[in-house]
Amino acid sequence: MTKSHVTRRGILKSGTVAGAGLAVPTIFSATDASAFTNEPTGDSVVLGFNVPQTGPYADEGADELRAYELAVEHLNGEGDGGMMSTFSSKALSGNGILGKKVTYVTGDTQTKSDAARASAKSMIEKDGAIMITGGSSSGVAVAVQALCQEAGIIFMAGLTHSNDTTGKDKRANGFRHFFNSYMSGAALAPVLSAAYGNDRKAYHLTADYNWGYTTEEAITSSTEALGWETVNAVKTPLTETDFSAYIAPVLQSGADVLVLNHYGGNMVNSLTNAVQFGLRDKQVNGKNFEVVVPLYSRLMAKGAGANVKGIFGSTNWHWSLSDAGSQAFVKSFGTKYGFPPSQAAHTCYVQAILYADAVQRAGSFNPCAVVEALEGFEFDGMGNGPTLYRADDHQCFKDVLVVKGKENPSSEFDLLEIVEVTPVDQVIYPPDHPQFAGGALGTCNPGA
Amino acid sequence: MFGLTKTDFNLLLIIAILVLLAPFLLNPFPEGSKLAQFNGGYPDLMQRFVIFGIFAIGFNILFGLTGYLSFGHAAFLGVGSYSAVWMFKLLSMNIIPAILLAVIVAGIFALVIGYVSLRRSGIYFSILTLAFAQMSFALAYSVLTPITGGETGLQLALDDPRVLGIQVTEQGNIPVPSLFGLEMRSSAELALGPWLFTFNVGYYVCALIMMASFYLAIRIFRSPFGMMLRAIKSNQQRLNYTGLNSRPYTLAAFVISGMYAGLAGGLMASMDPLAGAERMFWTASGEVVLMTILGGAGTLIGPVLGAGMIKYMENIISKINSAILHEWFYWLPAGLEDFMVAVVYPFIGKGWHLTLGIIFMAVVIFLPGGLVEGGQRLLNLIRRRKSSSAEPAKDNLTPPA
Amino acid sequence: MDAIILQIMNGLDKGSAYALIALGLTLIFGTLGVVNFAHGALFMIGAFCAVTLSRLLTLSHEVIDETRTDFLGNPLKVDVPYLYDFFGTDVGNVLIDWSVPLSIIFAFPIMIAFGVIMERGLIKHFYKRPHADQILVTFGLAIVLQEVIKYFFGANPIPTPAPAAFVGSFDFGALLGFNANQIIYPYWRLVYFLFAIIVIGVVFAFLHLTTFGMVVRAGMADRETVGLLGINIDRRFTIMFGLAAAVAGLAGVMYTPINSPNYHMGMDFLVLSFVVVVVGGMGSLSGAVLAGFLLGILQSFASMAIVIEMIPGINQVIIYLVAIIILLTRPRGLMGKKGVMEE
Repeated sequence: MTKSHVTRRGILKSGTVAGAGLAVPTIFSATDASAFTNEPTGDSVVLGFNVPQTGPYADEGADELRAYELAVEHLNGEGDGGMMSTFSSKALSGNGILGKKVTYVTGDTQTKSDAARASAKSMIEKDGAIMITGGSSSGVAVAVQALCQEAGIIFMAGLTHSNDTTGKDKRANGFRHFFNSYMSGAALAPVLSAAYGNDRKAYHLTADYNWGYTTEEAITSSTEALGWETVNAVKTPLTETDFSAYIAPVLQSGADVLVLNHYGGNMVNSLTNAVQFGLRDKQVNGKNFEVVVPLYSRLMAKGAGANVKGIFGSTNWHWSLSDAGSQAFVKSFGTKYGFPPSQAAHTCYVQAILYADAVQRAGSFNPCAVVEALEGFEFDGMGNGPTLYRADDHQCFKDVLVVKGKENPSSEFDLLEIVEVTPVDQVIYPPDHPQFAGGALGTCNPGA
Repeated sequence: MFGLTKTDFNLLLIIAILVLLAPFLLNPFPEGSKLAQFNGGYPDLMQRFVIFGIFAIGFNILFGLTGYLSFGHAAFLGVGSYSAVWMFKLLSMNIIPAILLAVIVAGIFALVIGYVSLRRSGIYFSILTLAFAQMSFALAYSVLTPITGGETGLQLALDDPRVLGIQVTEQGNIPVPSLFGLEMRSSAELALGPWLFTFNVGYYVCALIMMASFYLAIRIFRSPFGMMLRAIKSNQQRLNYTGLNSRPYTLAAFVISGMYAGLAGGLMASMDPLAGAERMFWTASGEVVLMTILGGAGTLIGPVLGAGMIKYMENIISKINSAILHEWFYWLPAGLEDFMVAVVYPFIGKGWHLTLGIIFMAVVIFLPGGLVEGGQRLLNLIRRRKSSSAEPAKDNLTPPA
Repeated sequence: MDAIILQIMNGLDKGSAYALIALGLTLIFGTLGVVNFAHGALFMIGAFCAVTLSRLLTLSHEVIDETRTDFLGNPLKVDVPYLYDFFGTDVGNVLIDWSVPLSIIFAFPIMIAFGVIMERGLIKHFYKRPHADQILVTFGLAIVLQEVIKYFFGANPIPTPAPAAFVGSFDFGALLGFNANQIIYPYWRLVYFLFAIIVIGVVFAFLHLTTFGMVVRAGMADRETVGLLGINIDRRFTIMFGLAAAVAGLAGVMYTPINSPNYHMGMDFLVLSFVVVVVGGMGSLSGAVLAGFLLGILQSFASMAIVIEMIPGINQVIIYLVAIIILLTRPRGLMGKKGVMEE
């Protein structure tokens, strides 16, 4: 048997062989002719959008999908072009990628690593996707990233915040635009100490899985560096819905700040419970008791309703930013769908455009060429100010937003206000930082 | 042949043909056609079909024969996957030791859980197995992260020891699972006109193992041991009064079916070297129960059909999006096209769960014996047609009333 | 000491949710003998009754406010609830504020009707079918119900706050002579606990003090004989099913301020409610209630930082561990009756 991991679907779809007919079956064709997995040979190219469509993150996934559809429109020269007009690289001209029309397939990650890999595999094996992108959790991102490395496909991570994605689980074929736990800690700590003082006692509730661990580590180390004390850090089960038993003892511990290292449904519930217990009306050690949520998601914050008011957190991007790129994106997205995009939508849109641009600049879909084009790539105009895709770990370095729940929201989207845009210099770290230790990038794999 | 009766041999033969020709049967639509969306003949899905088939066959040995409903079978699948991945990390990328270890570890795990759980029967047994599996899931996801990888799952790394194999390939990548050098992911393709068929090494390895498992299951179903298990199902009390201790038999069935689950888990890891804790979540245990009942509990082929059905829905229906729908209905007038898309849209893509739920209900309401009964009814219908068309004269003999 | 009192109180309120769900489930599962995987979905439907009512109360028309702009720079459209137009702002606000308690009145008939239709339309045909078939059909139903809710309300949790009067917590510790803030307890959780006690009391009274309840209990013990006495037990079972659905639904309504409801909240509670029912003992209503409170309290204790430190991961598994120990030491759970679901 021949060794090939390539499908010839691209070829067949374009119709070049379709006329061959039944008379002369090309039996067991060896497709070693192509240099890399799923080399697009026709006049179109397939991207795979792998987002959660069922399960707790379905709404976030739906927003990611909207952003991808918008990106595809813009790449193909339809619509108003969105951030392509503000993007510092001008390689893309709206005629697809390398002149090939961009088409896409979608799949459901179910926010489970198994299902996400199955979905990604079907995109690679069945649909001939050349790049996979999307996802709304770090577990899925890490799992799909490893799969893409094996298969020789580029993976452009969606929403994934764990240090591990570009830390111990980094892969040469994977890229992350989203920020991470370390950056959240580095950006939040100064703002917190300015607002609440340097003499604070923090109590952490941490989701009991990888992302929770890295976030807790990042926040404790950055706040302790500024003089805070960590009273206790308690792990809470992922499947927990009622956090009362974890929140009730907080006041007894003598802590005066509660840090909720929770995301999504966990965050909504723990924050709601904390407010229910009246923690924020209390005085401890002569100070107002405060609650902090390191990673905010506006979509999810909506579920917590009025409880988010005045609570600090960090976010990758927010639609109220006033730079030209953000404005162009919000306008483009808002006009099409009638509401502003989420940070998940933003990072996904940017990732799709960045990939297309890298291919265009490299002049090839070959993953190794794309990796080379993205490594060390510096760009601007995508909503986060000047940004660097660092070659050492394939992590984007850009400004981080510190936000606060708005006291008087004017609409259901207007939940957060930007407190500070933390400059990139303050959140950058060396590639061998202990929080990112272990793992190796390896070399790019073109498959085939 | 092979110690089977003629009917059983025919059944095995049918399974063998279906499985070996799956790349053709599952890809009935030409590439690029509108219906190619429904093709399921790509390696990953075909592998899943047979692997979950093995899982369901094993589950059916316990549930179909003894009537003991385990609600924690996914734990054995998960344990099997973890052992296999550890084998890849420590020993070599050859799948044989990995699968062997997976089966053995799952067997030991099943022995322990079975020994405890089988002290109770009925719903109490189900809840005990459920409790064990949920504990395994919760621990694997959180405190056991160093062993299981936790949320991100257990995966291979470039610096794994792999004492008997290579650590890193020449290209600087992690090696892939193989059978004495034959890589699981390599495929050959056959293009017949616009049709394209993929033959994948991993799939055929799984398929052969599945046929062996199926053969073994037939032998168990027809053996005196199988008879004993059925006796337990029909009336355990009476059996106990005859002086027979039924526990060793049920425990043996439990361990065997746990080993089947471990085998499935080991194969899953061999096809795709990653093991995640969600494999042990109660919904995964529930899924195999649903597969078995959907196909037809207690029948030999039912669980395999049920497994295929659910995995097909999960992987094919969930991938249809609105853009594809518009393509399908493009030939309709604009208003009607949007209407059709709006009608179908809730059932596909992100709505695939809804379709699944409706199918569950429809099958159990209209086909009480599962898909197998549907097949039998269809066969009977065809036979009756044939026999009635063969003797048309008979009807004419009855005088008009 | 204060920490222990605190966790007992937490446990009581966690336990009241478990007990309420298990009470409804045990009526269907422990006594009618139907393995109802849709029970969690009934809880969820109840919660969404509350969401629906709050949506109905805030049905709005748009008023354009020229002074403010929306995210695209157009004049902001402000939603004004019709209630403001009908009753004025003050009464309107009070109604909206009290939407969750009002939902009880709204949800009760809906849940009864839902339960009755479900029993007559579907479950009735499955009394004699194997448990496996019951699992498949009710699981299918649960998925369908979930997806329908998701279609209309989305996947994200929806905030449904308690009335302003119940927001915040009171200092329970101060009453007992502890320092301030040592034992605090949210008002709404206290309401939930009392509500659960009332519902449990009503169900018990209904089953033990009325003739109807007596017949139903007799029917549970021996359906055939009761039928032979010329009593239409089927109709009574239908009503019981409606009652069970209502109990689950009301538990869901009152739960919404504690956790914002989402479409899969029922599945989160499903496994747990089965464990509670079985630990309590099949066929025993008091067992289900007892097990609910017991597991709630134990889970609260296992969540204490000091306990987790001693036994890592104990908070993840405590319920299952206790279930295993109880089932191994007491063959029929805490208060199970002989002969229920043992064939």
